[in-house]
Amino acid sequence: MLSATRRAVWAQSRSRLAQPSCPAYSFSPSALRRLASSLAILEQRDGKLNHGSLSAITAAQKLGGSVHAFVAGSNVKPVAEEAAKVDGVEKIIAVENAAYEKGLPENYAPLLVENIKKGGYTHIIAGHTAFGKNLLPRVAALLDSQQISDITGIENETTFVRPIYAGNAIATVESSDPVKVITIRGTAFAPAEVASGSAAVEDGVDSKPESPTEWVSEELAKSDRPDLATAGKVVSGGRGLKSKEEFDRIMQPLADSLGAAIGASRAAVDSGYADNSLQVGQTGKVVAPQMYMAVGISGAIQHLAGMKDSKVIAAINKDADAPIFQVADVGLVGDLFEKVPELTEKLKKA
Amino acid sequence: MSALRILVPVKRVIDYAVKPRVNKAQTAVETAGVKHSMNPFDELSVEESVRIREKKRAPGGVEDICVISAGPTKAQDVLRTAMAMGADRGIHVEMKEGEELEPLSVAKMLQKAVEEQRSNLVVLGKQSIDDDAAQTGQMLAGLLGWPQATQASRVEFGEGDSVSVTCEVDGGVQTLRAKLPMIITTDLRLNEPRYASLPNIMKAKKKPMEKKKLADFGITTDKRLKVLKVTEPAPRQGGGKVEDVDGLISKLKELGAI
Repeated sequence: MLSATRRAVWAQSRSRLAQPSCPAYSFSPSALRRLASSLAILEQRDGKLNHGSLSAITAAQKLGGSVHAFVAGSNVKPVAEEAAKVDGVEKIIAVENAAYEKGLPENYAPLLVENIKKGGYTHIIAGHTAFGKNLLPRVAALLDSQQISDITGIENETTFVRPIYAGNAIATVESSDPVKVITIRGTAFAPAEVASGSAAVEDGVDSKPESPTEWVSEELAKSDRPDLATAGKVVSGGRGLKSKEEFDRIMQPLADSLGAAIGASRAAVDSGYADNSLQVGQTGKVVAPQMYMAVGISGAIQHLAGMKDSKVIAAINKDADAPIFQVADVGLVGDLFEKVPELTEKLKKA
Repeated sequence: MSALRILVPVKRVIDYAVKPRVNKAQTAVETAGVKHSMNPFDELSVEESVRIREKKRAPGGVEDICVISAGPTKAQDVLRTAMAMGADRGIHVEMKEGEELEPLSVAKMLQKAVEEQRSNLVVLGKQSIDDDAAQTGQMLAGLLGWPQATQASRVEFGEGDSVSVTCEVDGGVQTLRAKLPMIITTDLRLNEPRYASLPNIMKAKKKPMEKKKLADFGITTDKRLKVLKVTEPAPRQGGGKVEDVDGLISKLKELGAI
C-alpha cells in the first residue's frame, strides 16, 4: 500500500515537473500537500492596474507557497511591470491581446484555464468584484472545481471562512478540490503594496479562444470622490433624503467636508436618488471604511450586510427605534435636513 | 429567429426579511419553522421571461417558459408561485429535507435539463440570498460553452437571434451582445416582479409539474466543500446616542473616526 502511495505521488510530481514553469516540489507526500502555488488574477483597465485587485496577492501570500499573478488585456506591459514591484510575487504572467481587454469570460476563462494548467497552480484567486464574479465561476466549471466565493478569512490551504445569509452567519468550509478557485472580499484583505519587488514578467500562453459575445459599450459614473469600495470614509444616504435633488444637496457637501465617498441604500437607489453603482448592501457593494455615516437609513439586514464591518458607524435618523442605532457606535436622533447641514458647517470650521 | 424556449431555475430560500439564526450545534442555519419563499433574484427571472412573452419583445416569440427547482417537497410551492406569475410548467427535482446541492452540481443538473428541454435561453438569479455564492449561471454557461450576461438590468432582442444585455458592473453598466442560445443572470434593476393574483394561483395548480430525481440527471448530493462549522458573526455593540451635532462630532473625534 505504501508503495502504491509512493507511486501515485511520484506520478503526480513527474507530471508537474514536466511543466517547465512549475516550482520544484519535494517528494515527501506531506510537503506536497503543504506547498501551495497560487495564481492571483489582477484587474486592469486601459493599461492601468486596479490597485484593489492587489488584494488577491495578499490572500495568496497568506496561503504560503509561491505566488504568481496574471493579467491580460490590450496594453498590459505597464500593468505587469507595476505589479512586478509587489514584494513576494515571483512571476507576473501577462497576455497582451486586445481580445481580453474587456474581460469577457467567454474567451478570458479558457485563456485562464490554459495558463492555470500550464502553471500547475493549486489556488486561483480573484476579487469578488463584478469582473471576478463574472469570470471565476466559469473558470471553476471548466476545471470541475467547486468555487469558494467571497472569502473573508483563510485558515489553511484547504479551509476558508465566508459569510452566508447576507453576513448573518459565518461558514468555515473545507475544500477537497485539487485546484481551489476562490474569490475574496476586498475589505478583508488589504491590497498588497507596490514596493521594491522584482518579479519576472513572462508572456502567458495565448491559445486565442474566440468569444461568442461582443462588447458593445459602457457607461461609467464619473466621480472625483474616493472610490466607494476602498474609501476610508463613507457617507450614505437613504430613503429619508426624499428626492434626488435633496440627496445631492445634503450628501455632497457632507462628503466633501469629510473627504468621504458617497454611498446609498437600496431604497435610495430604487427611488432614483442615487446611481446604482453607489448601492451598499448584500446586492450592492460591501464596504468596511474607518467611518461609515448612515443618513436617513433605517438599517435593514440587506443594508447592514454591506457595511457592518466598518470601524466606526455613525447614524442620523429621526426614528429613535430604527435598527441602525443597534449597530451604530454613535447615533443622533433628529431631522437630517437640519442636522446634516449643521454637521457639514461645523466640520468645515473644525 | 428561433422561438424562445426559456428555462428558469428557481430556488426556495429563507425569506429575505427573516433574520437567520445559527443552530445550536453550529452546523447550519436553523430552517425548521422559518418562513421560506422564492429567492428574490429568481422572481426577477420569472418576471422577465413572462414580460418577454407579454410584450412580444422577441421577434421569434416565446414558445415555452419552464421553471425548475431542486429541493424538498416544499420546493413545489415556489414552482407553483412561478407558474402563477406566468410560467407554463414546472419540473421538481425531488430531494430529501435537509439535502443540499452545491452550485457546480446545480449547474451540471441544469446542463442536462437544458439539453432535455431544448432550451435556448436560461434566465437565472445573479445569486441566491442564502449561500450568496453567485456562481450557478456562470458555471452553467461554462459547461454549455454558451455566452453569458451576468447582473442584467436590461434585455433586448434583435434580428437573427441576437440579444443585447445591459449588465451592472462596478462603477456603472456595460452592454454586451451575443446570439442565442445564451445565459442571463438577473440583477435587481431588471424589473419589478408582479404579485400572483388569486385566479392565477388557482390556474397554476392545473399547470403540469413533472417530478424527477437527481439520479435522472446523473447528479448526487456529494460535496466538494465540507462545512466545518457555522457561527454567528461577532456581535456589534451599539454605542448609544448623543444629544446634538456637537456631541456627534466630539464622539467621532473620540473614536478617532474624524
